[in-house]
Amino acid sequence: MFPTMADVVRVVAADDPLRALFSPAGELTAEGRSRLGLDAAALRELYRNMVLIRRADQEALNLQRQGELGLWGQYLGQEAIHVGAMTALRTTDWVFPSYREFGMAMIRGVDPADMLTMFRGLSHGPWDPRKYHFAPLAIPVATQVPHAVGFALGCRLKHSDEVVLSTFGDGATSEGDWHEAMNFAGVFKAPVVFLCQNNGWAISVPLSKQTAGSIADRASGYGFPGIRIDGNDVLGVYAAVMAAADRARQGEGPYLIEAVTYRMGAHTSSDDPTRYRTESELEAWNAKDPIARYRAWLEQQGIIDERTVAAIADAAESAAQAMRARLTAMPAPPPGEAIFGRVYSNPPESFLREREEFESSLEGS
Amino acid sequence: MDAVTMAKAINLSLRDALTRDDSVLIFGEDVGALGGVFRITDGLQKEFGEERVFDTPLAESSIIGISVGLALRGFRPVPEIQFDGFIYPAFEQIVSHVAKYRNRSGVPLPITVRVPFGGHIGAVEHHSESPEAYFAHTAGLKVVTPSTPADAYALLQAAIDDPDPVIFFEPKARYYLKEEIDTAARVAIGKARVAQEGSGVTVIAYGPTVSIALQAAKTAAAEQISLEVIDLRSLSPLDMDTVMASVRKTHRAVVVHEAPVFCGFGAEVAARISHDAFDLLEAPVARIGGLNVPYPPARYEKLYLPDVDRILQAADAALAYG
Repeated sequence: MFPTMADVVRVVAADDPLRALFSPAGELTAEGRSRLGLDAAALRELYRNMVLIRRADQEALNLQRQGELGLWGQYLGQEAIHVGAMTALRTTDWVFPSYREFGMAMIRGVDPADMLTMFRGLSHGPWDPRKYHFAPLAIPVATQVPHAVGFALGCRLKHSDEVVLSTFGDGATSEGDWHEAMNFAGVFKAPVVFLCQNNGWAISVPLSKQTAGSIADRASGYGFPGIRIDGNDVLGVYAAVMAAADRARQGEGPYLIEAVTYRMGAHTSSDDPTRYRTESELEAWNAKDPIARYRAWLEQQGIIDERTVAAIADAAESAAQAMRARLTAMPAPPPGEAIFGRVYSNPPESFLREREEFESSLEGS
Repeated sequence: MDAVTMAKAINLSLRDALTRDDSVLIFGEDVGALGGVFRITDGLQKEFGEERVFDTPLAESSIIGISVGLALRGFRPVPEIQFDGFIYPAFEQIVSHVAKYRNRSGVPLPITVRVPFGGHIGAVEHHSESPEAYFAHTAGLKVVTPSTPADAYALLQAAIDDPDPVIFFEPKARYYLKEEIDTAARVAIGKARVAQEGSGVTVIAYGPTVSIALQAAKTAAAEQISLEVIDLRSLSPLDMDTVMASVRKTHRAVVVHEAPVFCGFGAEVAARISHDAFDLLEAPVARIGGLNVPYPPARYEKLYLPDVDRILQAADAALAYG
C-alpha cells in the first residue's frame, strides 16, 4: 500500500506535468492555454459563474449590513480560484473546503439561500455532503485538511478513480494539521489536490509574518510536487487543478497548488481592514481583478460581447434577488429539532428525555 | 470459550469485526507489524493485510482527522491512540469534528477511538492519565470503558457497530485480567451493570477501579459490611437508572475513579445522586479519586490512586454518618 523510498524519489524527480503549463512566474503559458480544451461556451461559462458568485457574495454582504445575517466573510477577488478549480473537477470528486468557499459550493449546486442559513443562525451545515460531494465548511483553520486526506486514502483503498480537492488559505499552512495532513498524503500517496488560496492575509496578519518560506516549495519535503501560480487567472487555475487532478487520478499521488490572489474584502463583516492594510495595496490588486481581466480577454478573443455581458449581469442580479427572497422567507426550524435533531443516529434515552424536558419547557412560553 | 485476558478479548473483538465487516479499518502508531505496544492488534495485519490494518505516521491529530475522511468514504475506522497522554494533539479533531460532524452535516461518523488509559503500570509521565471527563463532557460522543474481558469484547463490538463515534477507554492495568468470555453475548452502550450485589453502600466505579471496588466489597463482607458495586461501563450516555436503583436501596454512595476528584466524572454522578435522591440519602455522596495534581512519578502512584482502604474508609464514613 505504501510507496517505497524509490517511488518517493521518482515522484519528486519525475516530470511535473504542471511545469510545462506555467512560466516560472506562475503564468499559464501559450502552450498551457492551447491544451485547455475549452470551447467558447465553456469559456463563457467560466465568466458567467464568476459573475454569479460575485453577485451572490455582494448580496450576502448586503444582507449582513441589513441585519439579515449575523456574519459574512467575502470571497471578493478570489472568484477565479473558486470557479477554475470547481470546473476542473468531476462532480464525483469530493471537495473539503475551509469557510470562505461559498462560491465553490454554489457551483456544485448547493442552494445559496440554504447555505446562508449558517450565517443567519439557523443551521450549522444545511446541505447533505454526500449529495453534492462537498464537505461542510470547516471553521477551525486547517482542520479539514486531514479529512480530505483520509477521504482520498479511502478512494485509494476502494480502487476508485475519484480525486479529492483540499482547499485552505495561507494562514492554514502554519497549522500543525496542515503539515500532518501533507505528510500523511505523501506517505499514503493519496489522490488529493491541495489548493492553497494564498490571499495575502490571515485576518490582519500578512503573509510575510505568517511564513518565512515558500508555501509551494513545502510540497517537496512531503514527497510530492508543488507550484505557485497566478490565482487571479481563471484559466490558469483551471489548467493547474485539471492537471494535478489527472495526475492524482492516475495514481501519481498528491500535488500542492499555491494560487496567489488577494482578499479584496474584509476577513469578515466584523473585521476592519483599514487598521492593518493600505488603500494603495488594495488599488494595486483591484487592477488585477480576475473578472475584469478575464472579460477583457474574452472580448479580445471575440468570445463575448456587450450583450452577453449584460445578460449575464442580469441573470446574476435575478439569482441574487431570488437568493434573498428565499432566505428571508425561510421559516426557522422548531427549536427542539434545530438543537437536538441531528446529534445522534440513535439518541440515548437520557438525551431524548432532555429533549422532551426542553420542548415542554417551551410550551406556553 | 476458554479464559482469556482482556488484551486477548479486545484482539478477538477487533478480529471478529474485521472478519464480519469489510469496511472496518484499524490503524494508528505501531499497530501493524508490531501489533501495538500492548500487542492488542497482534497478528491482525498479517491476517487481514496492509490495507485493513496499517501503521500511520506519528501524528495523533491526523490519525483522528483521516478517520473522519475515511468514515465519509464509507469505512468504519477503528484508530488506536497509543497512550492516554498522547490523545491531546487529537483533542481538536475529536471535539470539533468527530463529535459534531453529524450535528453539522447529518452524516454519521462510525468511528471507534481506542485509548489505553489509567495508571498502576509504573510508567514515566504521560502514560498513566485518565482523560475521560474531557470526552464525556463533549456532546456527540459516546464514552465507554470495560472492566472485564467479557465486557471488553462485547462493548467493543457495540462500539464498532454504533453508527456514531465512540471513545473506547481500555484500562491498561487490567489488560491481563483473565476470564471466560462468550463472544455471542451483547452489551448495549449506555447500560451499567451491578458487578456485586449488596445493601449497605453503593460503590460506583468504572474501568480500572471496578476490580478495586470488588476487592473492597470482599474485604468489607468479612466485616459484615455489604457493598453494592456498580460498573458504569458507559460514561456517556450515563445509566442513572441503574445507579439510582442501587442508591434507593442503600441510601449511601461512593464514586471511585483514578482521575483527579476535582471536576472529575464523579462530580457528575455525585451531583445527580444528590439531586435525585436528596431525601433518601443517609450520608453525603463521597468521591474517591486522584489528587488535584499532575499524575505523580511512578513510585508515588499508589499513594495517588484509589485503593481498597480508601474505598472502605469512605464506606465506613457513609455508614457512620449522622
